[in-house]
Amino acid sequence: MKTHFFGDTAVLLGRSLRHITRSMDTIITTTIMPIAFMLLFVYVFGGAINSGSDSYVKYLLPGILLITIASGISYTAYRLFLDMQSGIFERFQSMPIARSSVLWAHVLTSLVANLISLGVVVLVALLMGFRSGAGVLEWLAVTGILTLFTLALTWMAVIPGLTAKSIDGASAFSYPLILLPFISSAFVPTGTMPGPVRAFAENQPVTSIVNAIRGLFTQQPVGSDIWMALAWCVGILVVAYFFAMVTYRRRIS
Amino acid sequence: MATDAAISVRDLQKSYKALHVLRGVDFDVARGSIFALLGSNGAGKTTVVNILSTLLKGDAGTASVNGFDVATEAAHVRESISLTGQFAAVDEILSGRENLVLVARLRHLKNPGSVADDLLDRFSLTEAAGRKVSTYSGGMRRRLDIAMSLIGNPPLIFLDEPTTGLDPEARIEVWQAIKELARSGTTVLLTTQYLDEAEQLADRIAILHEGRIIVNGSLAELKQLLPPVEVEYVEKQPTLEDVFLALVGRNGKDAKPAMATVAAQTPPAQTPSAQTPSATPPAQTTKEFR
Repeated sequence: MKTHFFGDTAVLLGRSLRHITRSMDTIITTTIMPIAFMLLFVYVFGGAINSGSDSYVKYLLPGILLITIASGISYTAYRLFLDMQSGIFERFQSMPIARSSVLWAHVLTSLVANLISLGVVVLVALLMGFRSGAGVLEWLAVTGILTLFTLALTWMAVIPGLTAKSIDGASAFSYPLILLPFISSAFVPTGTMPGPVRAFAENQPVTSIVNAIRGLFTQQPVGSDIWMALAWCVGILVVAYFFAMVTYRRRIS
Repeated sequence: MATDAAISVRDLQKSYKALHVLRGVDFDVARGSIFALLGSNGAGKTTVVNILSTLLKGDAGTASVNGFDVATEAAHVRESISLTGQFAAVDEILSGRENLVLVARLRHLKNPGSVADDLLDRFSLTEAAGRKVSTYSGGMRRRLDIAMSLIGNPPLIFLDEPTTGLDPEARIEVWQAIKELARSGTTVLLTTQYLDEAEQLADRIAILHEGRIIVNGSLAELKQLLPPVEVEYVEKQPTLEDVFLALVGRNGKDAKPAMATVAAQTPPAQTPSAQTPSATPPAQTTKEFR
C-alpha cells in the first residue's frame, strides 16, 4: 500500500486545490482580516504606538503574517468537516488507497493556500511602504518558519475538522489563535505591559516567532529567538500531529 | 462455512458504549447474488455495512469479504469492494466527469478519462458531465454515486439505502442499475427499509431486528412463514405510483398528454391480476418469525 502514498496524495491534493481555485473567495476572505488589521494599525493606531522601529509596518508585518495563517487554517477544518459530512471521506477510506493520504492532501492544500494568502499580504505590505534589506537566505528562513507554523496549526485544525458537529464548531477554534498575537510582541513591545500579561506575552509562542521573523527582516542578529521559534513550531507540530492521528484513528475504528 | 461465499459473517457484535447494536449477526451471501438486509431505522444495517467495508471494527465475531478477513486483511477487502453509502458521496464542487476521473485515478486505472466517459454514457449523465455536481438533482447524484462505485469493477458492491430520499422515477432508475450489476456477475449487498425494494431486487432477504438476523431466506421462503392467506377478490386499482409515473412519463422525456396516457393504461376490465390473491397479513408480530 505504501507504494501508492505519494500518488494518492497527489491525486487528492489536485482535488482540493481545485476546490480552492474554484472558490478563490476562501483565499480572499483569509487575507481580508489581516489586511484590515494592518491598515488599521498602521494608519490609525500606528502614530500613537512607540514601537522603537523606523517604520511601523515593518514592525507589524510578522504578527500580521501569523494572523493570516491562523485565519487561513480554519478552512482546513471546514473542508475536512464537509468531507466527513458528505460521506466522501468514507468513500475514500473504503477504497484501496493509502488511507492517510486523505489527511495529507488536506494538510498540503492548507499549506499551498496559506502561502498564497501570505504572498498577497506581503504584496499589500509592500504597497504600504514595507521594505526589507533581507537577502535570499533570510527570506528562505522566514518562509521556512511560516511553513512550519502553518503545518503545526493545520494539524491542529484537523482535530475539529474530524470531530465537529457543525460548520461553526469546525471553524470556531481558530478565533483564540487569531487573538493570540495581540497579547504578544506583534503589535507593541511587551515592555509596557503589566507584570502578569507581560509574563504571558513573553513566554508564548507568537512572541518568539514574531521576534525571529522581525529579526530576519531587519537583519538583526536573531540569536536565541530563532531557536525558540523553531522549538515552538516543531513542538506544536508534533503534539498536534499526535492528537490529530489519535482522533483520526478513533474516527476510523 | 461456505468457502465460496462472497460474504460470510459469524456472530458479529458491536456496541456503542452501552448500546448493543449488533448482538451476534450471522449470514452468508452467495457470489453474484443480490442480498437485501432489511430493518427499521437504527436496526444496525449501516453498522454491518461499515464493518464489512472496513470503516468500523466489530467487537466480536468474524466477517470475511471475498475470502479476506475484514479485521486482519483490510487492504485486500478494500480492493474487492465498493461502498455506496447512505448519502451520495460525491464531490459537489467538481463536475460529474471529474468525480469519476478522481475515483479512477485513485484506483490506479490506466485510462481514467475513457472509464469516466463510458460510465457517464451508461448512466445517462453525458449531457451533465461538465456541470458542477451541486447543480445535479437527487437522482442524478445517486446515479453518479453508483457509477463511481463501479469503477475498477469490484466483485462486491455495498449499497446502503440506495434509494432513500429519491423520487419514484429516480428510484426505478437506481433499481435498473442494480439489476444490471447483478446480471454482470457483481455481488450486491443492499440495505433498505423499503419492503418493496427488497421484494423487487433481492435473491435473498434477511431481516435484522434488535441486533440479530431473525429470518433469512428467499422471498418465497419468507412468504411461507405466514399461514396460507385467505383468498380475496379485489378490483385492481392503479396505485398512486402508477398514476404518478403515467402522468410524468417514466423517463421524464416522453410525457404524453396526461389524460390520454392514463386512459390508455387503465382499460375498463382489469382481469388477470384481479384474480390473484392478495395477502392480508394476519395480526402477527416479527417475534413469531423466530
